Amino acid sequence: MNAQPIHFKPAEGFRARSKAVVDNPFLRQSFRGAMDFLMAKRAAQFPDPEELESLRSLGEQIRQYNLSKLPELLEQLEARLVGNGINVHWAETPEEANEIILGICQRHSARLMVKGKSMVSEEIELNHAAEAAGIGALESDMGEYIVQLAGEKPSHIIMPAIHKTKEEIARLFAEKVPGIDYTDNVDELIQIGRRVLRQKFLEADIGLSGVNFAVAETGTLCLVENEGNGRMCTTVPPVHIAITGIEKIVEKLEHVPPLYSLLTRSATGQNISTYFNMISGPRQPGEKDGPEEVHLVLLDNGRSQAYADEQLRKTLQCIRCGACMNHCPVYSRIGGHAYGTTYPGPIGKIISPHMLGLEATKGLVTASSLCGACGEVCPVKIPIPELLMRLREEAFSPPHANPAMRGQGAGYSPLISAVWRGWAFVYRSPAMYRFVSWLTSCFNWLTPARQGAWTSVRVPLKPASKRLRDMLAERR
Amino acid sequence: MSARDRILGKLRASQPTRTQALPDVSGWYATHRPIESAADKARRFRHFIELAHAEVYSVSRGGWLQKLWEVLAARHIDKLLIGRGTPHGERALSELPQSGIACAAYDQAIDGWKEEMFHHIPASLTGACGAIAETGTLILWPDEYEPRLMSLVPPLHIVLLDASRIHNTFFEAMTAEGWKDGLPTNALLISGPSKTADIQQTLAYGAHGPKELVVLMLDEEKPVIPAQAGIHSAAENLDSRLRGSDVSTAPTEEQQ
Repeated sequence: MNAQPIHFKPAEGFRARSKAVVDNPFLRQSFRGAMDFLMAKRAAQFPDPEELESLRSLGEQIRQYNLSKLPELLEQLEARLVGNGINVHWAETPEEANEIILGICQRHSARLMVKGKSMVSEEIELNHAAEAAGIGALESDMGEYIVQLAGEKPSHIIMPAIHKTKEEIARLFAEKVPGIDYTDNVDELIQIGRRVLRQKFLEADIGLSGVNFAVAETGTLCLVENEGNGRMCTTVPPVHIAITGIEKIVEKLEHVPPLYSLLTRSATGQNISTYFNMISGPRQPGEKDGPEEVHLVLLDNGRSQAYADEQLRKTLQCIRCGACMNHCPVYSRIGGHAYGTTYPGPIGKIISPHMLGLEATKGLVTASSLCGACGEVCPVKIPIPELLMRLREEAFSPPHANPAMRGQGAGYSPLISAVWRGWAFVYRSPAMYRFVSWLTSCFNWLTPARQGAWTSVRVPLKPASKRLRDMLAERR
Repeated sequence: MSARDRILGKLRASQPTRTQALPDVSGWYATHRPIESAADKARRFRHFIELAHAEVYSVSRGGWLQKLWEVLAARHIDKLLIGRGTPHGERALSELPQSGIACAAYDQAIDGWKEEMFHHIPASLTGACGAIAETGTLILWPDEYEPRLMSLVPPLHIVLLDASRIHNTFFEAMTAEGWKDGLPTNALLISGPSKTADIQQTLAYGAHGPKELVVLMLDEEKPVIPAQAGIHSAAENLDSRLRGSDVSTAPTEEQQ
């Protein structure tokens, strides 16, 4: 398979990054507060359990139906978009996607690209590639703008700056935005961002956005947002480039309302977002605004690997609401940055291995208590805990031919494997079990006092000197 | 082989052999969403868009311009962007200047006056082609007369909405109006002024788009009925009138 495209090595340093967050009471408070807030808001949006369940089932059916027809729908979408005057590009890897986007920029001698929120553009690290090509790439979603000013990455797919307090943001603005005084008034901070970014919308040569739903039958790109920056990026600059993963496609326009409702209610607990922007073409003769040119980049980046396996294909049902991270006991303690991947939290753990390979992500699939909260809240019923189990199996089983995933067996250890084989042998035979348990109770004084991670916060484990079997025998 | 062929090839090679059944979206809406009278829809629309921080005023066909003037005057705004070629735009253009409100018309491509649009237009007036009750949402189909940026750049956006064009749900709006057979280059759902909660989950309005959204809702002449007791009969009253009027844009119970 091709070489690692992105410089992520999430498995390395995952523990250290997690520990750093857990040790930081401010960060923990930020995440805890934000997650509690988002969970309460979501719950308030679904007062009727029957409605929630049936709508989730409908969402699941819609996503599975569309995935089952994916190749045809991609062709239909392309044909309709081209018919509507939108250019369609295909990219297998992040490099190809960047090349396509920067190629369009260069053809227009672009110097500034304003960006609406797009996780796929984070996935391909477009900002770095643009910078290297001498093109400014400016994030315009308030959260993304803050994160970019700070030189960081988003820590949540819906609320990118969720890890920052307003005081931190106030200091950041005072330091980085020319000509402003320190203020930690949220309204004033937002107005500063508005002023700076409005000027940029005016100047930008290119507007870039993601896509929430691409409708095949009409050739329409749908965008969900609250701020209006997405509409700015897709309307004001002369060229609009949208980028999306190949899975975000629905055949019929009528598939959009249920998914849109599930998305906003699950994500931020809103019954609807402020804007729903449906783009079906560039500016037509007679129209007075809108981009002259619209492009769509369809990105694979490992999605076709997930598609190839019936169980793993369910990963692609995701509509990127972030509810799984909001409800995850691991995410809410370690935050988004610890994962080291573009997509953090439960969905990140099951999608990133397809993008980055299991070599780089094998540590992530074990960072779960399998409590099941993510699967319960998923608006399209992705069985995330089941998929985590499957990925553990893929990562830690002995390497074999024709694996379903890149990096299969990356976590395989002959020693651990031998220990489990021994365990299985002992537990299969009652006589052997009796013998070994007698042996361990006799020699329990041999157990070490330091037992790795276990004893870092607990007393050592030690087999009892009297077995349960013996105690029961005495009572008789 | 192109990236397109490789991607499609990989997907085809592993595509499930049988396509799942087409999901029954209309069945779900039929069993999970209420059938409402026009008055109930208007009330629900108003409730939800007001929750999202928009202002709504009931106006009559004769009186909306007066209310528009009041909205502008209350904010000391003396300039309004209108679209030529719409009845409401033309009426505003012919009558507002006498009351001290200058009307700028969006009559040339944006490229020639981007700076002015961004820096010198405090308010705009557009029509809405419909609305959605369950979420408090305006439906706008920008066109050559009322282009896309009218509902985005000016800090105050005023929208004229015919209350008889309020649908129950987004699904009902798109199916009743046959959207799949012809969408404009840009169709918009707008559910309040621009907002963000990206700083510490604190809600702030006027992020990038309009800071204020004002809806002038055209009801038919308001029936004179005592406020509380009359809600039901008012609904019936409006309903019977709607049946006799333009049913293609205002589906009645029979149609649903």
